[in-house]
Amino acid sequence: MPEPGRTLPQPTPETQHFWDGTKAGELRLQRCGECRHVYFPPRPFCPKCATRKVSVFAASGKAILDSYVIHHRKVPGFEPPYAIAVVKLTEGPRMMTNIVECPQTPEALQLDMALEVVFAQQNDAITLPFFRPAKG
Amino acid sequence: MPHNTVAVVGAAETTKLGVIPDMSQIQLHADAALNAMADCGLKPKDIDGVATAGETPVQIAHYLGITPTWVDGTAVGGCSFMIHVRHAAAAIEAGLAKTILVTHGESGRSRVGNPPRSVPPSSLNGQFEQPFGPMGPPSLFPIPVLRYMKTYGVTHEQIAMVAVVQREWAAKNPRATFRDPITVEDVLNSRMIAYPFRLLQCCLVTDGGGALILTSAERAKDFPTKPVYILGTGESVETPMVSQMESFTSSRAFSVAGPTAFREAGIKHRDVDHLMIYDAFAHLPLFGLEDLGFVPRGEAGRFIAERNTAPGSKLPLNTNGGGLSYMHSGMYGMYALQESVRQMRGNAPAQIPGANVSVCHGVGGMFAASGTIIFSNQQP
Repeated sequence: MPEPGRTLPQPTPETQHFWDGTKAGELRLQRCGECRHVYFPPRPFCPKCATRKVSVFAASGKAILDSYVIHHRKVPGFEPPYAIAVVKLTEGPRMMTNIVECPQTPEALQLDMALEVVFAQQNDAITLPFFRPAKG
Repeated sequence: MPHNTVAVVGAAETTKLGVIPDMSQIQLHADAALNAMADCGLKPKDIDGVATAGETPVQIAHYLGITPTWVDGTAVGGCSFMIHVRHAAAAIEAGLAKTILVTHGESGRSRVGNPPRSVPPSSLNGQFEQPFGPMGPPSLFPIPVLRYMKTYGVTHEQIAMVAVVQREWAAKNPRATFRDPITVEDVLNSRMIAYPFRLLQCCLVTDGGGALILTSAERAKDFPTKPVYILGTGESVETPMVSQMESFTSSRAFSVAGPTAFREAGIKHRDVDHLMIYDAFAHLPLFGLEDLGFVPRGEAGRFIAERNTAPGSKLPLNTNGGGLSYMHSGMYGMYALQESVRQMRGNAPAQIPGANVSVCHGVGGMFAASGTIIFSNQQP
């Protein structure tokens, strides 16, 4: 269900594959064809070695909770308190997200806890990647 | 190359600080600039270089009636003014300008005549951070804190002491916004903003401005003010997105800017008499102390909690009260620079007796950028 008021991304040519991916149930990252560096956010070249020879692949969706805040102020589309989290993907890159299916408390949100991606459709064009505590 | 051939000869803040609803943002720049020109006896016709952020150098030059031969509009957040000082020093050394004005003005609280902040939804921040509910710096800047705390075993009480100690400094400053003493309990019982940070660990939001005037050290001797020489400078940037920092326990931008300035100045940490570290939030002095090499990794929390930066200590830090207690218009770097200049001139309200070297370290964005200036009142 759409969450009214949440700011939604406007994809660009360089990021469209990522948003196409979330819509299709994949968390797409990019890997350098020369130095093998895996990176995020999307761009059509390797930020380590500058080659344009890069490819898109579907990540595992596994991550750990790297750090977060629990925001206590009202923001359109959010019911405070809610966590704004950064997860570290198994493949290396970090990304900002929300943690779902978990109490938004310091006790429940333990750093380094195992997480897995879930996809939340916002509208016809945009599906956001959230993370929840890993099941098994 | 050490920048020991340039000096600050004019320095001033706006006549008022705090809540200034009767002045627009560009007039706050002008109010500070007019005060700085009066400070050193100059007129707009004497200025040939303009650097500013928040407004463009075009707007400021035109508004003040200046015809520049050099401008710098570097706008990378609150440390833009440290970077302007660095660029100005290089420009003066290169002969591109003789007398450079750096201005800041911000109607951060009253929001008169400044554009609303917005994140374009097609930007990387707009696509990959904004959808997850941040609302400005208080929701983003503290994101690394829990990781930093877990890595080094830093406690909530230690970080609360940053605010407590800075309030002690603010109590000595008649122009500080908040001057009443606070305790660790006060900090940890104040309103939760974004766990782990509470209201008293977040900066103020006020109105104000400041301006600096720089010229060559040789010309500085002809001015009525005591010259404050620039010994060393550094700058860097890392990422516009806090989620994409290389580390949550260190700032890459700090780690480049700070040591660059120390190398240029040719000084050791023991030579530093006075230190300013831009404190938009309570963890910034911790990152600054560690990334600039004043204390080993993970020890800044204990260092501050044990009062090693408090009044009477050997490393006086944020002696105006900082962004947590003195003022914070949004881009606070200019006020840190003003306090360093006051300390080097010997006329700060909380003056450090005999201080000869001041390090002034700034942050821009959410650890996005950094600039460091090392000042001295001793002629090179």
